[in-house]
Amino acid sequence: MPTYDLSTGGLRGLNEALHAVSGATPNEGWTVLNPMGSHAIAVGLDAPVQVTVKGPTGYYCGGMNKLATVHVEGSVGPGVAENMMSGTVIVDGDASQYAGATGHGGLLNIKGNASSRCGISMKGIDIVVHGNIGHMSAFMAQAGNLVVCGDAGEALGESLYEARLFVRGSVKSLGADCVEKEVRPEHLDLLADLLDRAGAKAKPEEFRRFGSARTLYNFDIDNAY
Amino acid sequence: MCGIVGLFLKDRSLDPRLGALLTEMLVTMTDRGPDSAGIAVYGGAAPGQAKLTVQSDDPETAFATLAQDVGGAIDAKVSLMANGSHAVLTLPADKTAAARAALADHAARIRVLSDGAAIEIYKEVGLPRDVADRFHLSAMSGSHGIGHTRMATESAVTTEGAHPFSTGADQCLVHNGSLSNHNALRRKLRRQGVRIESENDTEVGAAYLTWKMQQGATLGEALEASLDDLDGFFTFVVGTRDGFGVVRDRIACKPAVMAETDRYVAFGSEYRALVGLPDIATARVWEPEPATVYFWTH
Repeated sequence: MPTYDLSTGGLRGLNEALHAVSGATPNEGWTVLNPMGSHAIAVGLDAPVQVTVKGPTGYYCGGMNKLATVHVEGSVGPGVAENMMSGTVIVDGDASQYAGATGHGGLLNIKGNASSRCGISMKGIDIVVHGNIGHMSAFMAQAGNLVVCGDAGEALGESLYEARLFVRGSVKSLGADCVEKEVRPEHLDLLADLLDRAGAKAKPEEFRRFGSARTLYNFDIDNAY
Repeated sequence: MCGIVGLFLKDRSLDPRLGALLTEMLVTMTDRGPDSAGIAVYGGAAPGQAKLTVQSDDPETAFATLAQDVGGAIDAKVSLMANGSHAVLTLPADKTAAARAALADHAARIRVLSDGAAIEIYKEVGLPRDVADRFHLSAMSGSHGIGHTRMATESAVTTEGAHPFSTGADQCLVHNGSLSNHNALRRKLRRQGVRIESENDTEVGAAYLTWKMQQGATLGEALEASLDDLDGFFTFVVGTRDGFGVVRDRIACKPAVMAETDRYVAFGSEYRALVGLPDIATARVWEPEPATVYFWTH
């Protein structure tokens, strides 16, 4: 169980050590002390390593993650799990703007609230937010699932493509081309699985589903070159 | 980019540590703004007295007989406390306008950065640590203060382009972002007789708030109105004689984190700026909402 003190070891040393973990030594648990809001903690991991960060982080924590599990015992700054490919990022506190941006896969589990632009341009990632999300969330989202146990802010799902959005509380407003859709049995199954994996207490039946109406300019084949 | 820090003390026993706490917050924001740095500190108000902070590129010559010159011109006792390229002139509050007029005669060598009962402003080109050391910021005491590290976009890297900007008595503003309608608004405000010294976008924002308040708006109302009248990106932190406020534009791209305990309210562009504050681990930490005015007063 290696422990790394960021206040003495430096960020580059931490990420180099985590990158050196290969698939041959799976599930070795690392603990990171004194993150003190530093940026780019545990980015670019590509092995099934477990990392626990003891405190709040800055920008891009767990960015580009592949296979690893990064658990932040605190809040995170902008761009947590940005462009994640697979694996899991868990945030015990709140997340700042553009959480999970452009994520291709894996699970981002935010126990607190996420602020604006959560899941912007998501491309296959699953995001579960136990609290509320801010404005312009899932902006231009292309694929994946965004599950919000609380409320959503203004312009949810603006210019959305194929991503599925589930909200349990209120939605302040929908963005252009985002509409409410019926919740079918397969969506209840999907929600049950995601809520279970995220440890959220909510019931699948309590959620509403939102998606793209596919009426914007880019959906019209006559506008193709 | 730019970095903002702010600290408003509820527990006044922390007053002697204000400069030290703010300096560490400011230096942490160096990589958000290495071009210039500045700080506004509120404290040391004396009944009937006003303080003018002035700056000169040639302080030795400019400050040598300044107190006597201004004192003679306004027929009052004026004292001067030099601090590097800056100096604080202390004089009777009712002579402030006369003193500003007298200082206009020295405009080639002297810039007035602020006036008011409590405010002092220190700002220069250079890395935040160097600027802080030059003015001994960490030794300063006060009830609240605001700091800024600048990565220049809308105007040149100069002392007059550094933040904070003060356009009214005891008022100051720092800004992360950029305003896109500042030229038109500057012309409009100048026609209304509002004093704007530089070509910087943020100074126009500050002047706009001052103008609104001259029209009878409270600071909170002026900040609300800025959401409609200012075009561009902004996270603003403002200071008044006894208050401290925050507002972000509707899009809220420019980062902001706040922390509050029984002893203080703090602002940082990033959480990193707050980690050295007392009891930060147990503070309430949150992100201010877009288009929402936050304000605290003593």
